[in-house]
Formats: sequence, structure tokens, C-alpha cells
Amino acid sequence: MTVKFTKDHEWIRVEGDEATVGVSDYAQQQLGDVVFVELPDVGRTLEKGKEAAVVESVKAASEVFAPVSGEVIAVNPELEADPSLVNGGAESAGWFFKLRLTNPSELDGLMDEAAYKEFVEGQH
Amino acid sequence: MSMNNQGRPTGIGSADSAVPDTITGNRGLQIEEPLIFEQDSAGRCGVDLPEVPAMRMRLGTVKPRAAVGLPGLAEPQVVRHYTRLSQKNYAIDSGLYPLGSCTMKHNPRLNEKMARLPGFSDVHPLQPESTVQGALELMDTLAHWLKTLTGMAAVTLAPAAGAHGEMCGIMAIRSAHEARGDTGRTKILVPESAHGTNPATAAACGYTVESIPATPDGRVDLEALKAKLGPDVAGLMLTNPNTCGLFEREILEIAEAVHGAGGYFYCDGANFNAIVGRVRPADLGIDVMHINLHKTFSTPHGGGGPGSGPVVFAESLAPYLPVPFVVKEKGDFRLVEEAGEGPAFGRMKAFHGQMGMFVRALAYMMSHGADGLWQVASDAVLNANYVMARLQDVMTPSFDGPCMHECLFDDRFLKGTGVTTLDIAKALIDEGFHPMTMYFPLVVHGALLIEPTETESKASLDQFVTALRALAERAKSGDVEYFQGAPRLTPRRRLDETGAARKPILRWTPPAEQAQAAE
Repeated sequence: MTVKFTKDHEWIRVEGDEATVGVSDYAQQQLGDVVFVELPDVGRTLEKGKEAAVVESVKAASEVFAPVSGEVIAVNPELEADPSLVNGGAESAGWFFKLRLTNPSELDGLMDEAAYKEFVEGQH
Repeated sequence: MSMNNQGRPTGIGSADSAVPDTITGNRGLQIEEPLIFEQDSAGRCGVDLPEVPAMRMRLGTVKPRAAVGLPGLAEPQVVRHYTRLSQKNYAIDSGLYPLGSCTMKHNPRLNEKMARLPGFSDVHPLQPESTVQGALELMDTLAHWLKTLTGMAAVTLAPAAGAHGEMCGIMAIRSAHEARGDTGRTKILVPESAHGTNPATAAACGYTVESIPATPDGRVDLEALKAKLGPDVAGLMLTNPNTCGLFEREILEIAEAVHGAGGYFYCDGANFNAIVGRVRPADLGIDVMHINLHKTFSTPHGGGGPGSGPVVFAESLAPYLPVPFVVKEKGDFRLVEEAGEGPAFGRMKAFHGQMGMFVRALAYMMSHGADGLWQVASDAVLNANYVMARLQDVMTPSFDGPCMHECLFDDRFLKGTGVTTLDIAKALIDEGFHPMTMYFPLVVHGALLIEPTETESKASLDQFVTALRALAERAKSGDVEYFQGAPRLTPRRRLDETGAARKPILRWTPPAEQAQAAE
């Protein structure tokens, strides 16, 4: 099991050919209180870097991009009713959707936790 | 005292222990006003209505299930209710309203006087043309002014507001490509700092949106733009000056690049106030642009509207002008209502647009004259630069000046203080000002975007700047509690924005129903 991060502040946890995606704890801090999450339909094919979900906070609405390509096999059923899960546990209970990967080699271009931490510190 | 989920008080405003609670809940002459439904008194009515005559229901088997529930009040109660609510409102008529990219300027009373002339206010769009020649002439004169100020070939007055104007412009671009049989253009390019309506418009017109990054000095990255241009790009949507308050200096090169790739150049005219009378958009290579009469030309907005968003077209797109528009034939004015055989896409609205706003805008233009409008842009830019110069040592401007009609700060000056952009805005309300635009544009962190407009005098700007300087210094001194408790002097204190967005209450329910629901 590996966790990777993108420059757009998504995380992806890979288990075999399946992966779980959400936004990073840093992203949730920057967004402030999340008030609405729009998730993709199960069965949809996502392309790496393209819009996959929308997250709306009191400050702004932002797109969530697919970190890698794949087919959506599940979405977090709790999230639409309780978007505060993103603030409470961005990298755990606040996950967005699960993918079946179509091109696992795309993972190589993403950052590991240490590299992401360094990237975030360079943001300010 | 109730708290929101950040632990900040939400109750009725009171400056902590300094102001005692009153018996009535009123605070001096600020009345704690209940909802009109809560003032309902069964059977009370301000007017004598005749008995309902016996009549046959014409709804078939459909029957009303419950009473409509209109509250019963006497006329003085109703008058007081709405007067009290209006007293709680803050408007450009009450004070400085520095909402960036909104151009909240004074609405001259001369405009209002002209708009109330019965020949303009009592006409109907279905009247015979022979009876509305004056109104049509006014529209024709307004069109002439708009074309002259922008250097453009044609104008439609119909769009109802800015975003509707954007839609009109992008539909024209789409029609132009389709008329050539060029159907491979699926993308619209939009800079990162654009108004949110730009990508929304492009998407609503069936395009995918590609974002153009900004350079470190806050302007469009020309090289990045060129790299994205190609046979799949329908056009570019750009605001100039942009929402960082900066003039796009490379606009001629930008226009040339877009045209060279076969695309069209849409300009969002929301910030036209900065350049009106000084720069003609046609000379910048723009193909189509909307103009907010409710910004640049001083017609009311922000609840007092309606808006009005005429769109000017260069020669390149003039054949796609939607109907209706006014023409003069043999001394008579006439509305062209049919698109004929031309390539135009139809109409934007059932009728010709917001007549009352046309009158106000033309009154503004003619009372200022060409030299006066030139002065408007000059003073708007001067005021913004004055604010920026007076604040730059205590706050952090995002980009080097001089700026245009608005100045952009970010929250670097608050770093480590625990105070946020939102807190500064709330504290500013206690000082008697409407806050600036916050958290927009998104290209800088914790944005504070200030547009004073030419309306404000030096005295009024000085008072605003003094308040903001003191707040910035207070934040740096570590007085976080002061900010988190703000506003203290408003009818309500810090609102629970999160709660309101997550669990909105959209309808008033009578106490009986509430009790029922709780069971």
C-alpha cells in the first residue's frame, strides 16, 4: 500500500489495482469549512488530470482532479450528507472516491508524502 | 449568547459589557424587527376587500389543500416593517462601498429624474412604433455613444446583465466559426484571474475551458497562451484591466496571437470604468465585449438593479449581431425584429432590453460629456492608487503599482497573527464600511480587492484608509480576540456561514408546524 500526492493537493492510496482518492489535509485547511461535495458517478471513466469532483467551502469552489486514470468503482456515501468529514479527516473518513486503475505507471509521476510536505512548505 | 461553530458569538450585536441589554431588545432607534409572518394577527387586514363571489372552480379535481398563509397586518405595520428593514440596509447611498470588480459608484439623481419621465417609464414593448419614436431615438443615441466610446461597429442593447452579455458574445463567436464550417474548435481559453462567470459562460455554450497561467507580475503569460493556441481554440476571454487591477500591457500581442490561430478575442468589460473615454477597445484588437451599464455608466445595482449588459461587436463579428436593434429609415426609427437571411443567431431576450437603464446610462454619458467620462476613468484610477499608496507599508500589495481602478492586497501582512482576511472584513463593518471583495481573485492568497471608484472624496478615502491602517496594526499587535469577536455593533454578530451553507433554512415555518416536526 502506497500513498501519493499531486501538485493539486489530491492524495491517492493504492492497494493492488484499486485506489482511494481524496484531498490532502493541507488542502482542507486552505479551503476552510467544506459545505458541499459533488462526486463522480460510479462507472465513469476518469482521465488523469481531468476534473473528477467539486469541493465547495465557505471561501471558494474548487475542482478535484483525477490523480491517475481509471474507472470509478465507489464513492464515499457519507460525504454528500456530511461534507464536514473532509475537514475532520481529509486523509481518512473524508475520502472522495475509489478507482480501478487503467494505467498504474502514471503513479510514478506523483509525489510521496515527504516530497509533498516539502512542496507544501514551498507554497508560502 | 449563541455561538457559531468557530465559537464566535452570533447573537444580537452589543459591544460586550459597554452597552446594556434593553427591555425591548431594540438598540436605540435600531429596531429588533420580527419577520412579517411573526407579526400576523388573524383577521387583520389593511384594506377592505369585497366578499368573494360564488364561482365555479376551474381546476378540475385539483383542490387547494391548505390556506395560502398570508400574514394579516394593518397598513402602518407593513409600512414600518419595510422601512425598518430598509434602515438596516447598507448601500452606496449610505457610504463607501469598495467592492472590487463591482464598480459601486454613485447613481446620479439626474438619471433617476430622466428615467421617470412618463414617455420613458410608461411605454410598453408592444406599443406601435409610431408612438415610441422618442424611446427608440434614445436607444439609437445610446448605441451611438457605446460604439463611439469603444470604437466598435455594432451593438446589441438587449442582454440583461454582464453574464448574459458574455453569453451573447460567445454565442456570436460560436456562430462565426459554424458559419465557416469550422466545427473543430472546442476550447475557450480563460486566464486564472478571470471572473467566475467567464468559464461558466464558456461551459454553458458547450466549450471546454482551459486556464492560462499568470506571470509573477499578475498578467497573462503570453508564451503560455501561445502554447495553448491552435485549431481547436474558439477564442480567448480576457478582462482588461484584469481582476488584479492591472492593465494587460501585452494585449496587442495577445490579440494578434489569438487571431493568428483563427480564434476570436472576447473582452469582459466589467472593468471598463478604468479606461472609459481614454482607450477604445476596438484599438486593442478586441472582437466582442460586454459593457455593464450598472457599473461604468452608473445605473443602480446590488439589489437596486436590474443590470444591463449591452455587447459591442467589431467588424469581424458584426454580422452576428442578435435582434432586435434600432435603425433609422426615412426619418423614422424602427426596431429590426427578424434576423432575415443573415447568419445571426436570433435574440437574447423576448424584447429589447432594460429601457429604464438605457435612459439612466445615456443621462450619465450626456451629463458628463466625452471630457467628463475621460475624467471619470482618471479619477477612478487616481483614487485606487491613492488607497494603495496609503496602505502599502502596513498591508501587502500583491503586485507592484501603479494599479488601475482597483488595488489588490493579499494576506501576507496577517501571517502569524491568527487574524484572517475575513476577520479584517468583519472588523471593517464595525467601523462603518462595507468590506472590500474578499478571497477573489483566487490567484493570490486571502485576497482583499479594493475599488473605491471616482465617487469618493479624499476625505472619505482618508477615513477608510485610517480605519484599515489601524486594523492592520491591531492585527499585528496580536489582538486576535478583537477580530474574532467582530462585528460587535451590527444587528447580528458573526454569522455561522458554514451552518448556513451546510444546513440552509430556506422557508419560514409557523411555530405549530415546527412543534409538529419536532415530535
